[in-house]
Amino acid sequence: MENLINIKSNIKKRKIQSMFLKALVWISGIITVGILAYILLFVLLRGIPNINMEFLFGTYNSETLSAFSSIVATLLMIIISLVVAVPIGVFCAVYLTEYAKRGNKAVKIIRLAVDTLAGIPSIIYGLFGMIFFVAVLGFKTSLLSGICTISIMILPIIISSSEEAIRTVPDLYREGSLGLGASRLRTVFKIVLPTAVPGILSGVILAIGRIVGETAALIFTSGTNVLESPTLNLFASQRTLAIHMYMLASEGLPHSKDMAFATGAILIIIVFLVNLATTKLANKIGRM
Amino acid sequence: MEKMEKNNQLNTKENMMQLVFFASALVSVLAVIAICLFLLMRGIPAISEIGLKNFLFNQKWAPTNTPPTFGILSMIVGSLYVTAGAIIIGVPIGIMCAIFLAEFCPISIYKIVKPSVNLLAGIPSIIYGFFGMEIVVPYVREMIGGNGYSILSASIILGIMILPTIITISESSIRAVPKSYMEASLGIGATREESIFKVVVPAAKSGILTSIILGIGRAVGETMAVVMVAGGAVMPLEKIALLKPIRTLTANIVTEMSYASGLHTESLIATGVVLFVFIIILNTALSLIKTKTKN
Repeated sequence: MENLINIKSNIKKRKIQSMFLKALVWISGIITVGILAYILLFVLLRGIPNINMEFLFGTYNSETLSAFSSIVATLLMIIISLVVAVPIGVFCAVYLTEYAKRGNKAVKIIRLAVDTLAGIPSIIYGLFGMIFFVAVLGFKTSLLSGICTISIMILPIIISSSEEAIRTVPDLYREGSLGLGASRLRTVFKIVLPTAVPGILSGVILAIGRIVGETAALIFTSGTNVLESPTLNLFASQRTLAIHMYMLASEGLPHSKDMAFATGAILIIIVFLVNLATTKLANKIGRM
Repeated sequence: MEKMEKNNQLNTKENMMQLVFFASALVSVLAVIAICLFLLMRGIPAISEIGLKNFLFNQKWAPTNTPPTFGILSMIVGSLYVTAGAIIIGVPIGIMCAIFLAEFCPISIYKIVKPSVNLLAGIPSIIYGFFGMEIVVPYVREMIGGNGYSILSASIILGIMILPTIITISESSIRAVPKSYMEASLGIGATREESIFKVVVPAAKSGILTSIILGIGRAVGETMAVVMVAGGAVMPLEKIALLKPIRTLTANIVTEMSYASGLHTESLIATGVVLFVFIIILNTALSLIKTKTKN
């Protein structure tokens, strides 16, 4: 009898414990979403009202604190570093998946290198860019130095997403193409890569997000200089949007803070769109 | 004859492109080598001039004094403290949230939480830093004390920043645990919660450990957000406290690089070398876990 009571109370205790764990897990989920909502609302609510045409497209002076030249610099950086990094990254993935033999030593070393690149903090990239591109190669503090630095930084993102995408291409496609007499190279360019495009594209989009948000790697490479109006000159030192925000935020004046909020809102909107696009693509791939 | 020529042409093209693919694959290797080489080339001479022991274990950092002293002990400790803080805050919430996503979350709510976690991962560190500066710092100042720029504020911001890393990787490793584990545990009379916490989660521990190490890597290497909320003062070791400002290795580089010259610049690069060594240690730990799980 006493035993039975013991067991009963034990069961009750375990049930309470289970309820407690369940509550804890739910609370953690709520905290995570809550933090995100807080950050988004905080920046967007104070930032969006401060966005105006003058800020977006005007000339920079202490009144407007216009982001126009930073926007153009950011776009230039995105386009050129993608042009540099995407072919290298995709070709690397092609080598790893289509050409390298399994268990090859070179593959192991390349994988290790890609993993290492992915784990290096952006400030280290910034230091390297400052030493190598700015000083050794003599690019000075310029958009070009920033672009070179960023291109290396996004390489691991492009490689791993391309590799994953190429691996999901069914072998049947390759066999069909080879069986029809197409060469290996032709199969890669006409069959494998076109099929892998959505996956590669999602890596590209992730890379864009990384470029847009980057600060630590760019401060000493492309610099914090602000131009009155945009230029396409890659040898000029110019700040990107994220650095524009950093500089405005650290000035600490009320007006510059408002404009930091506005820049932050633009950044968040871009990141949001980037995320939306990647999710859409991922879903598309999932359905394929 | 003509056909053979065409075949030959095809073969050269094939060989050439194969070379291009291989060369592209080597770019990553070259980049890693170049990064190590140039960092060491500029950092090691500075360390040997300052003296390794003096550099690592001296807590006095006064690069503009005559004679200057370059001791980064305070910053090494600073980096360790804020990283530990981030882990204490981020890991429990992150793992719990991962369990929530993998085991408890109804699909309708999953569709909100999962994209939120992805978005959290995409938010630039400058935004986290700004949020910390405007919200967390004043909050800590008014509610807890100090001037707000502190180890605590940095830990909170870093704890938030490592959440997506921990959640995403832990979630997929929890999902990878075979369903039979759960069924066996339920079968011997455990509750659902007991089964998840005592059977499923322990079975996913190598994935969860991986997520924690990646989180540590992100926290140690984070720069801008820490610069904006940690205050940046170099504290003597005995004065380091939760509510006092702190300077990390990363913050040291960013704060002083713009006006440094000579040995001062080199010593900042050497600070980067120390940071790099930390990251290499973490990476080695990761690959050890990887090979261990494979076996």
